[in-house]
Amino acid sequence: MKIGQMKRDLAYFQLKDEIEEFLYREADLLDRREFGEWLALLADDLHYFMPLRRNVPFGEHAARENTRAGEDISWFDEDKWTLSKRVDQIMTGIHWAEEPLSRICHFVTNIRLLAVRDTEVEVGSRFLIYQNRVETETYLFAGKRTDLLRRPTGQARGLKAHGEGWQIARREITLDQNVLMAKNLTVFF
Amino acid sequence: MTTYDRLVDTDHGIVSREIFVSDGIFGEELEKLFSRAWLFVGHESQIAKAGDYFVSRMGGESVILCRDRAKAIHVFLNTCRHRGMKVCRYDEGNTPLFTCPYHHWSYGTDGKLVGVPQQKQLYPDIDRAEWSLIEVPRMVHYKGAIFASWDKDAPEFTAYLGEVRDHLDQVLDCRDGREGGSEVFGGIHKWVIPSNWKFAAENFLGDSYHNPSHRSVDLIGIGPSATAGGEGRRDNEYKGGQHVWVSFPSGHGVHSVWMPDESEFVDTYRDNKIVSDYFRHCYHERQRRLGQKARLLPFTGNLFPNTAYHGRQPRALCVWHPVSATQTEIWRFFLVDRDAPREVKDLLRRFYMRYSGPAGMTEQDDMENWNYATAASRGTIARRYPYNYQQSLGTATDHGIVPGRVSTQMTEESARGFYRAWKGYLNGAGWDELIGRTAYLDAAK
Repeated sequence: MKIGQMKRDLAYFQLKDEIEEFLYREADLLDRREFGEWLALLADDLHYFMPLRRNVPFGEHAARENTRAGEDISWFDEDKWTLSKRVDQIMTGIHWAEEPLSRICHFVTNIRLLAVRDTEVEVGSRFLIYQNRVETETYLFAGKRTDLLRRPTGQARGLKAHGEGWQIARREITLDQNVLMAKNLTVFF
Repeated sequence: MTTYDRLVDTDHGIVSREIFVSDGIFGEELEKLFSRAWLFVGHESQIAKAGDYFVSRMGGESVILCRDRAKAIHVFLNTCRHRGMKVCRYDEGNTPLFTCPYHHWSYGTDGKLVGVPQQKQLYPDIDRAEWSLIEVPRMVHYKGAIFASWDKDAPEFTAYLGEVRDHLDQVLDCRDGREGGSEVFGGIHKWVIPSNWKFAAENFLGDSYHNPSHRSVDLIGIGPSATAGGEGRRDNEYKGGQHVWVSFPSGHGVHSVWMPDESEFVDTYRDNKIVSDYFRHCYHERQRRLGQKARLLPFTGNLFPNTAYHGRQPRALCVWHPVSATQTEIWRFFLVDRDAPREVKDLLRRFYMRYSGPAGMTEQDDMENWNYATAASRGTIARRYPYNYQQSLGTATDHGIVPGRVSTQMTEESARGFYRAWKGYLNGAGWDELIGRTAYLDAAK
């Protein structure tokens, strides 16, 4: 079912509620620095993508505003292996860009279900991420996310209520900045 | 003795913190250094067709790199001659005209003023030829890279480079030894860091001493052979080679490797057989084409003042744009051979992104160090204590094979050379002194 066709019925809101629970739990894991548990939420075939954003003339946005996955240089265009390396690096305790660890707060909002097919749900949301590190160094990252969430088949239904059992198969992150206003992107989006 | 002679004593390896934090000195750098030196503007692959443009920076100012209808390349200051508005606020694209949004003066891609609204009535006597976009007096297209200078008396770019050219060539030429042939991947990393631009420059000109700061990424392994068991942040292509740190008269510095004669091919990029085979092929082709010259492999370098490179893994040009004494905007242009197979481009692109830039697992730690080195040097007390640049003082010599002042052990000689050149510009020295021509003339006497 595609966006616009999805009826706002009880089933929609029940599923949305379940997915909200999942996304809030995910954000909480990151903010509590439970990186290993967070990695477990990522599907093995995950695609994690954050394009660069260009200033382009009116009418050219669809074609040229964002760098393309699989073609161009982006901020992130990677898989679970690379993200697990990022976690491993933090866990060395000597990754100076995250040692001492930043204080990070993820806000996830404007959650909508965009499409449902079999065990997969496409979810749109907005994020606001607050990062504070060392003493006064502070960054705000605002943007949009489109996730493809997947429930592994044969999942026990009893987990549903807590938003458990879902995995992230795709995450497209649209950060609303041109020149990145941060020295580093050590935050997970 | 000038202020700058007191702040920068390269003979004894002493440099004041003032030059990294002082707003006054930063202003002098813009006036005396960035208005004269050759600066990297962009790459020809970014403006392949007539009408293509790429908005770049030189020093603190916005410039437009573009190709006109006759396919000639220009670099213009991005400002309308009437009231100064930027005539282009897009990052890149294709256009027949740059029309100022404010009063609609229009300029051709050759910079000529072609449209002034109500000109006949309001400006009956204007000579439009005098009001073209402001164009750099000096521009050069070198193996795809475009550099420019605001000083009409600047020496030829190749004279400005001097013998660092051999090293730069290894960055810009094809992996198989053909001349030029690189292109820039779509997507230029642009980001702001809270540190002085010179921290980044001196990191790239041969500060191999900071290697331990990257231990975390070396421990986890992210190189192009990592999934095949390769260790560290990149493949070691330099096995058995003599590492050389070279300082050049114009203030350039590099860290390169002089490989043994008839060295064995080192298998790299082992994560993917197609890519590995491609680089094996390139290695043998390069040996065949370049002969003894193939023994020179680039690692990192910084062309004075603010253009740096990674020569092999990753491969990119990087510009440290000065924003203020304590802020720098970094732009990185990732390079690849234009005719490399798709698998090669894809693997390199992925490696570049996880290595470099604000999301790069290697470079993130540099940014943290430059950030807090700048922050901790601002204090009244801190500024009384200069930095130490005495590493391997007096050990650089003439190598005999690799030109320049060469050290075969880690050294800050290139940093001392960089700050010697920096002091020359700030003292208002002439070009002979700035590019070391005086020294050559003296030596010849």
